[in-house]
Amino acid sequence: MRSEFVFVGILVVFSMLLPAAGLGFAWLIRPKKPNPIKKSTYECGIATSSDAWVQFRAQYYIYALVFVVFDVEAVFLLPWAVAYNQLTAYAMLESVVFVAILAVALIYAWRKGALRWS
Amino acid sequence: MDAIAAWLTTVIPGLGLPLAHLIVQVVYSAALAFGAPVGIVVAYTYMERKVIARVQDRIGPNRAGPLGVLQGFADAVKMLTKEDITPAKADRLVYNLAPALASVAAILVFAVLPVAPGVIGTDLHVGIIYVVAVGSLGELASLMAGWSSDNKFALVGAFRTVAQLVTYEVPMVIAVIMVVLAAGSMQLGQIVAAQDVPFLVTLPVAFFIFLAASMAEIGRSPFDLVEAESEIVAGFHTEYSGMKFALFFIGEYMHLFAGAGFIATLFLGGWRGPGAGDGSILAVILGWAYFAVKTTVIIFVMMWARATLPRLRIDHLLDFGWKFMTPVGLAALVAVAVALKIPGLGSPLLRWVAMLAANGAVIAVSLVAIAWAARRSGSASLRGVAGVKG
Repeated sequence: MRSEFVFVGILVVFSMLLPAAGLGFAWLIRPKKPNPIKKSTYECGIATSSDAWVQFRAQYYIYALVFVVFDVEAVFLLPWAVAYNQLTAYAMLESVVFVAILAVALIYAWRKGALRWS
Repeated sequence: MDAIAAWLTTVIPGLGLPLAHLIVQVVYSAALAFGAPVGIVVAYTYMERKVIARVQDRIGPNRAGPLGVLQGFADAVKMLTKEDITPAKADRLVYNLAPALASVAAILVFAVLPVAPGVIGTDLHVGIIYVVAVGSLGELASLMAGWSSDNKFALVGAFRTVAQLVTYEVPMVIAVIMVVLAAGSMQLGQIVAAQDVPFLVTLPVAFFIFLAASMAEIGRSPFDLVEAESEIVAGFHTEYSGMKFALFFIGEYMHLFAGAGFIATLFLGGWRGPGAGDGSILAVILGWAYFAVKTTVIIFVMMWARATLPRLRIDHLLDFGWKFMTPVGLAALVAVAVALKIPGLGSPLLRWVAMLAANGAVIAVSLVAIAWAARRSGSASLRGVAGVKG
């Protein structure tokens, strides 16, 4: 089992070499003439006003919460799907009930307006 | 790959089989990490420009080399020689790591992609989960880039990336569960082996959900709100220039190829085709060719969509994901699960018919639901789309 991941480890090392080589080579041959105007943040061509690091919209968190519910659901359903051919019809019914509960959760979030972009 | 390792032990005396495996893996990694990005990016950027030019009744690149085929190399030279500008207010560490992560994440997906019979980096038991997990690392790179730039356009692009990722990850995973259900395995090699009939035929709902969700995850038009140039300049990579911009570009095209390759693997039978059954050299070449053709067809469909469909608005995009694709995906999953447990489904043919019938039922029900929603809504254009009169 563990030996399966040896290749992933090798590939991680090699895949890091590509950006390293590209950036290194570019660093050697590219011009380096910075000035304060060039290094200022782009904002439609006029002088930049204030920081961009501000408070996020709360809406994004609500989507993230609904997402967590469904992602955990996927973690439960994937092993079930792998073992599906060995399972009885009863196990199938159980997971149908499980998906139905999730569907109710989705409907609840929908009715509550969590999925409305205001 | 096993065959090459075995052959190496006969050619080099005293070489053990584990060491031979390691050598093959290192060579294949190097090919994936250096050869594949150059080949894929040069070939598919050229194809994209030509295809879109054709759709828009233009000629497209035609100066660099015969018919412009060297355009990609010309662009690479240009990118390498451009000055690298880092905004003074940027978070330098995150800002510099983001482009590297974008290309690393896209290359890592290739580890489990079966490109020909026996040619696969590693056939992980949890291959599907690996694909979904590593595939979403690319979106993390866009978030890092957008946040660290300290640029308002980039930040809005990064927010959109996250919203889009979480919305389309859900239907994508549901479509994948349907494939796993039908194949009985999460190993990509096994999924290819299970497709005597491609899942495109037996699970059309899963195919369309997965196609749309991967287009959203790769951030391709019509789901390219992340870098909508008419609204937020260039989105998350507004501040990037030179080689760092090029790395995002490499990441995007590698991701495009990997995404299309997975659609081909999961739904079109991967490398399977006439004459690609056994492990002979001819079969490997044929299988590779089938895989390349299927992947290119999927990429063409994505380019065609980019050239013809207008960009979605962010609330429409999220609504489409949560209120249409997710419920339809859940319904299709339940329908397929129930259909496969109908007593007396002994032969494969009956199983295929049952899966297809379940998918057909889901399509019919969702069309009725769309018509109902269109009738209820006040929008005249929506009524027109759904064919509702009055």
